[in-house]
Amino acid sequence: MRHIISILIENEAGALSRVSGLFSARGYNIESLTVAPTEDASLSRMTIVSVGSDDIIEQITKQLNKLIDVVKVVDLSEAAHIERELMLVKVRATGKDREEMKRIADIFRGRIIDVTESSYVIELTGNTTKLDAFLDAIDRSLILETVRTGVCGIGRGDRILKV
Amino acid sequence: MQLTGAEIVIRCLQEEKVEYIFGYPGGSVLFIYDELFKQDQIRHILVRHEQAAVHAADAYSRSSNKVGVCMVTSGPGVTNAVTGIATAYMDSIPLVILTGQVPTAYIGQDAFQEADTVGITRPCVKHNFLVKDVKDLAVTIKKAFYLAKTGRPGPVLVDIPKDITIQKCEFHYPKTISMRSYNPVIKGHAGQIKKAVQLLLDAKRPMIYTGGGVILSDAADRLTRLARMLGFPVTQTLMGLGGYPATDRQHLGMLGMHGTYEANMAMQNCDVLLAIGARFDDRVIGNPAHFGQVPRKIIHVDIDPSSISKRVKVDVPIVGNVPDVLDEIIKQLEASEGKPDQKALAAWWKQIEEWRGKHCLKYKMGKDVIMPQYVVEKLYEVTGGDAFITSDVGQHQMFAAQYYKFDKPRRWINSGGLGTMGFGLPAAMGVCFANPGATVACITGEGSIQMNIQELSTCKQFRLPIKIINLNNGYLGMVRQWQQMFHGNRYSESYVDALPDFVKLAEAYGHVGMRITKPADVEPALKEAFGKHKHELVFMDFVINPEANVFPMVAAGKGLSEMILAEEL
Repeated sequence: MRHIISILIENEAGALSRVSGLFSARGYNIESLTVAPTEDASLSRMTIVSVGSDDIIEQITKQLNKLIDVVKVVDLSEAAHIERELMLVKVRATGKDREEMKRIADIFRGRIIDVTESSYVIELTGNTTKLDAFLDAIDRSLILETVRTGVCGIGRGDRILKV
Repeated sequence: MQLTGAEIVIRCLQEEKVEYIFGYPGGSVLFIYDELFKQDQIRHILVRHEQAAVHAADAYSRSSNKVGVCMVTSGPGVTNAVTGIATAYMDSIPLVILTGQVPTAYIGQDAFQEADTVGITRPCVKHNFLVKDVKDLAVTIKKAFYLAKTGRPGPVLVDIPKDITIQKCEFHYPKTISMRSYNPVIKGHAGQIKKAVQLLLDAKRPMIYTGGGVILSDAADRLTRLARMLGFPVTQTLMGLGGYPATDRQHLGMLGMHGTYEANMAMQNCDVLLAIGARFDDRVIGNPAHFGQVPRKIIHVDIDPSSISKRVKVDVPIVGNVPDVLDEIIKQLEASEGKPDQKALAAWWKQIEEWRGKHCLKYKMGKDVIMPQYVVEKLYEVTGGDAFITSDVGQHQMFAAQYYKFDKPRRWINSGGLGTMGFGLPAAMGVCFANPGATVACITGEGSIQMNIQELSTCKQFRLPIKIINLNNGYLGMVRQWQQMFHGNRYSESYVDALPDFVKLAEAYGHVGMRITKPADVEPALKEAFGKHKHELVFMDFVINPEANVFPMVAAGKGLSEMILAEEL
């Protein structure tokens, strides 16, 4: 099962490597990992997408909690939540493809944020499956470059991850 | 008053009432060593290799329940210490390791004796710090001691760049510390404890299985009280030995790969298992799938939530400090009207006595050649069962665990988790400093002892009267045993050719050396070593039967009840 694990961690040098080192040392899988400071600069928030059985995910959350710098750990996927990922795609946009690319970007509510005679950069936000669907919808041979931020997520309603 | 970083380090250690630092100087810690020189409250023990400094500090802690402290220089000082740190980490031993680092401005420049200490040690410490500002130094050291000894203990490393040790700031050592990200649980959940008590009272075939957590948390007295109240059988892991008196009838001996027949059979066949401060590791329960074939209710008491349901699913997890949880269990048992089912218990004990009747630790005594088991038995007799025993890793370690009956906690000092050869001798040094005047023996083999033999020099310098019991069979015995049993007798690289003359070697270091080759000489030699040479280090080279194997044995991947017994071969 795919899980989205959110972590509040002391914003100290090496905090990221403590987490990533834990995953590699114990053979846990990381699909994506994002990290940035929160509104409280002394804390970073990390979002990790991992795939594993319930037992493995339980171990992952326990092991994360054991790290001294980790303040809180929540498995967002346990309840209602929102997830988003940002993707920038640079595509070839010439001839008939130029108009078609614009149309598909519009359908996916993407925005073209850079234009040259032969290319677009399209900005797209959504959950992982939406971004995958966009890449499937366009002609693969037209993709020059893609970059994705990895998933970040937040609980719905009253679920709040805060110190 | 403004103090330099080096002065602050020493003042912090004094505030922590540190008696000994085990260490080795070098360029990046020179200012700290200079301050050490100027005071006489803390004694520095100069080892001959950094690995030994960590093992010594580790065993100092294991045998006293104080935090062990060691100090090494940057680069190779740290990399040499890593094996020691990992050893302490695997066995949850509270240590503070102070390491020198190249000056802040040089970090990342591939400077002389630079290593990424925080990076290298991260996977084998409870936590580590790089001090980047002298103002953070005192509070960081305070945190290190606090982290090392609270919760599940472990080694904590503080990396101090050389420039920090000469910068100055106001010294203030905090009395207490709190960290928002670290709040270990002490008390167990009352509701869970209630469930556990009910399970214990309803049990027909109960079993108590305890590990190093009982020793580390000083819970041996509570464990003994609880076990006697209930009348249940007790088995202990390699790390748990001494937590319950080994000579007591309720004790079934060690369990696991080389556990006793009765302990492993009872563990496999019990219906309610109370696991205390133990972690169901592979050497203890063998194949978890095989272990899971028998339905039983498991209560697991541990301070570390991540130890619970890691290898074996448990029914009643209780996260908490072992003594606090045991106190609560005892309290609830006393208040409860129910009593253990005596009829069922009697039947269970009858079964256990049948298993015990196999006498699985029997061995064939040779007339001309010494059996290693015999040496350990005689050592037990000669020392009155009251010595501190350290060991290295291999067959001798298992013989020591099987045949030396530990009645008290903190007497059995060995590297259980990491299985570090070379641990025994430096560990014995640490025990000597923590327990002046105590009888200390290091049971080792000719393979292991050579991994830190240079410490014979340290032993001379500090006049440590360790008795080295070298069970010399000319082979890396445990490797040879596996090769004999599982690799078609192909003894690949397990024969150690060109061994030194250990008697001469001991003498060269200024100690007493003895070689014992005949069974009849074992006891007199031991008596002489522990009598006439009480105050000297004696290196006793016992030439033993090279064919001796450790039994019973649960082969890797097998189930606990699938033991190979000596008589079956």
